[in-house]
Amino acid sequence: MKRRGVLKLLSMSAAIAAIGFGSPSLYAQAKTVKVGILHSLSGTMAISETVLKDTVLMAVDEINAKGGVMGYKIEPVVVDPASNWPLFAEKARQLITQDKVAVVFGCWTSVSRKSVLPVFEELNNLLFYPVQYEGEEISRNVFYTGAAPNQQAIPAVEYLMSKDGGSAKRWVLLGTDYVYPRTTNKILRAFLKSKGVADADIMEDYTPFGHSDYQTIIARIKKFSSEGKKTAVVSTINGDSNVPFYKELGNQGLKATDVPVVAFSVGEEELRGVDTKPLVGHLAAWNYFMSIKAPANDEFTKKWAAYAKAKGIAGHKDKPLTNDPMEATYIGIYMWKQAVEKAKSFDVPAVTKAMAGQTFKAPSGITSTMDAKNHHLHKAVFIGEVTAEGQFNVVWKTKGPVKAQPWSPFIAGNDKKSDAPALMAEKKK
Amino acid sequence: MGLGQARAAAAALLICLAGAAHALDPQAVQQLAAEDNDAKVAAIGALVAEGDPAAIPVLQRFAGGEVEVGGATVEVTINNRLRSAVADALAALRLLSPDRALRFAAVKALAAGADASMLPLVKRALEKETDADIRPLLALVASSMQMKGGDKAERLAAIRMLGGTTSPNSKTLLAEAARDADEDIRAEAQKGLRAVEGRLAWGERLGLLFAGVSLGSILLLAALGLAITYGLMGVINMAHGELIMIGAYTTYLVQVLFRKTGFFDWYLAAAVPASFLVAAAVGMLLERVVIRWLYGRPLETLLATWGISLMLIQLVRTMFGAQNVQVENPAFMSGGIQVLSNVVLPWSRVMIVAFAGLVLAGIWLLLTRTRLGLFVRGVTQNRAMASCVGVPTARVDTWAFGLGSGIAGLAGCALSQLGNVGPDLGQGYIVDSFLVVVFGGVGQLAGTVYAALTLGFANKFLEAWSGAVLAKIALLVFIIIFIQRRPQGMFALKGRAVEA
Repeated sequence: MKRRGVLKLLSMSAAIAAIGFGSPSLYAQAKTVKVGILHSLSGTMAISETVLKDTVLMAVDEINAKGGVMGYKIEPVVVDPASNWPLFAEKARQLITQDKVAVVFGCWTSVSRKSVLPVFEELNNLLFYPVQYEGEEISRNVFYTGAAPNQQAIPAVEYLMSKDGGSAKRWVLLGTDYVYPRTTNKILRAFLKSKGVADADIMEDYTPFGHSDYQTIIARIKKFSSEGKKTAVVSTINGDSNVPFYKELGNQGLKATDVPVVAFSVGEEELRGVDTKPLVGHLAAWNYFMSIKAPANDEFTKKWAAYAKAKGIAGHKDKPLTNDPMEATYIGIYMWKQAVEKAKSFDVPAVTKAMAGQTFKAPSGITSTMDAKNHHLHKAVFIGEVTAEGQFNVVWKTKGPVKAQPWSPFIAGNDKKSDAPALMAEKKK
Repeated sequence: MGLGQARAAAAALLICLAGAAHALDPQAVQQLAAEDNDAKVAAIGALVAEGDPAAIPVLQRFAGGEVEVGGATVEVTINNRLRSAVADALAALRLLSPDRALRFAAVKALAAGADASMLPLVKRALEKETDADIRPLLALVASSMQMKGGDKAERLAAIRMLGGTTSPNSKTLLAEAARDADEDIRAEAQKGLRAVEGRLAWGERLGLLFAGVSLGSILLLAALGLAITYGLMGVINMAHGELIMIGAYTTYLVQVLFRKTGFFDWYLAAAVPASFLVAAAVGMLLERVVIRWLYGRPLETLLATWGISLMLIQLVRTMFGAQNVQVENPAFMSGGIQVLSNVVLPWSRVMIVAFAGLVLAGIWLLLTRTRLGLFVRGVTQNRAMASCVGVPTARVDTWAFGLGSGIAGLAGCALSQLGNVGPDLGQGYIVDSFLVVVFGGVGQLAGTVYAALTLGFANKFLEAWSGAVLAKIALLVFIIIFIQRRPQGMFALKGRAVEA
């Protein structure tokens, strides 16, 4: 009785200290902590984001089964921002102010992250962002568990320039028209220039979200590739546009041995339902592939298959697939749990402090470390080729984890920017 | 002594036999399993240089990711570089095959661009080759390889040969030669390059034209149903896009049913009528329950049908989930036909163009050659008079609306073969459909056809010129200006039939 009272007191004080626990009534007594899940479950991004929601739910189930976080059961709050960027901000505000969540796992596109960022900074809550992105951002309220450009885009382009990647000399930078592809391509253009590629040898092209007719673009790629030396395509197409893009690519017979396409937002999940036989050899760069042979990955894929089957997740219950953002989501939630336990509180500043240097045995087979300062994970980079079964065959990887450079050295002025969020917040004021 | 000779002979024979069984250089085979990819490529080159057909199965297995070394199977990682090296090597080895078809296929594969290391084998094949079809192609392959090396006369001959071909590969090679240090070679290569580019440009134009026709046919399919419900009947049907979506989902369901049987490739044969019937049934139900009470009140119709569209989207979302469903193409719809060396027309698009033509012909026959068509035209031109001569106008309305909806369903079936099928599918097409019908002139079937093709071409030409994002904006601006200047559309109905 006495012990319970002490615990109650403890939790009450923690709750009052934290911004999230404004009403220390019912929930504190029931010993639950709420976490928000902010992923599009409908619209053009649903193809990619829906499984991330399920990944968080799976990790929550696992953690709860093992006694929760510091004895608190996690109660997930799922909302659907419907691939609508302003709605992301509204839903984030709702999660923080109405549902009083301690942390939010969410967003895929950079435009959605940019949309919620002011909300998280204003209300001082935490966002775990699990997708590779363009960098150029460090916020004290965000932990980036996906890759920065130097952990994905730059190594991929370097690979294509190498003998094994086909010694590409000409480049098509193809993307969906929003901030991530535009910024990534800006960085890549500067990088290519530093390697001596002329402007005339780079073609940049953008399509709107949800674009479905890639005839002319493929014809343009064909023409461009016939005008000179070996050409490679770097695709930052996002969302369900990838399905018509790859279908057209296969139908028009553009083979990987002639013009390889390396994608940064296409994983196992996006290729589901696409006939990959004509696409064999096209590439993707990620920090995790389902095909990676590692004990941690076997465990992860098995857990996911069992969870998908038990919950009857559409598609996955018959053909379970895992991908990089799922892994990053999974790492994120476990690191948050570890940080909370280290800080012994759900309080945002304390958890943020405790996050620095957290490690987790990632399914990709390495031990992922949260950087002590810049809120980004150290990750290994893998480059995979599409196989006839819709999986990826790893053809190149880094020796070990790579530290993230959120401020790409290939953008002018970035050398002066600090690698830690605190200074940035000061600069803003 | 005699015995010694016999022994030596036997030993020699044994060695010979062993040699015949393992003609391949075992070191090269072993090297295929090397860690370093440079070594692997060198090993492939060594195997090709031997020119022994026994290398073919070894290389095929290698391409599959396996090498047999000393009786044990070793797994190797294959990447694009090795894959293309193996493809070239296999083609080069088959050049010596006694089978004409195999040789022909091999030389075609090499013509797409092969590594210069295959040159000795190609030359050997050229010496032996007598076939009238294969020989010139083989000479072409040899000449494109010699472009990179060889003496000046040989290179000039090669350039002249390449200048007479039409392939993107010869363009690349000639462009490289056009920057050569030697003036004669440069001049000759530039001449050849101009000729090749001129011919390739025709291919590009043809490709663009086809892209326009393809987009036009999709717009036409999406708008044809609306041309009947809005154009002829005057119902502003905002749920038209959702009828398309219902057609696409019907196709999906039929596909799921067929997956369990062995006739998966035939599912479209059932999906086409099914999507028509389901969409038509939904449309007729809508007409009976909601729209018929709102005839002559366009604003209320607009609001009501918009509400219905939201309800249909939500209904589908609840039934099938918010995520896109996968509609797989039957085997005959993937791939394409190579029309020119740089133009491939995808089968799926060719079929949809043909399908749009068939649907159009069907509607035309229905409207002009059948009793129902006569009634529909009668009712739309003069309802009161049609009613007076005994046409059951209410029933004709239902049938006509069902027909328009059914055609929307057919459009959905076709679209499911190209793009994504999700609850929001229709929303992407409703604006385009109205654009086509209004641009073509309301109440005009022919106008719809012209408008769809015009918009298709305009969109694709602008896209090739300015990119997809700007093209879309430019097209919308153009249509706004056009409708301002000519509100009746491209073709206007003339005569007393037109109501004010």
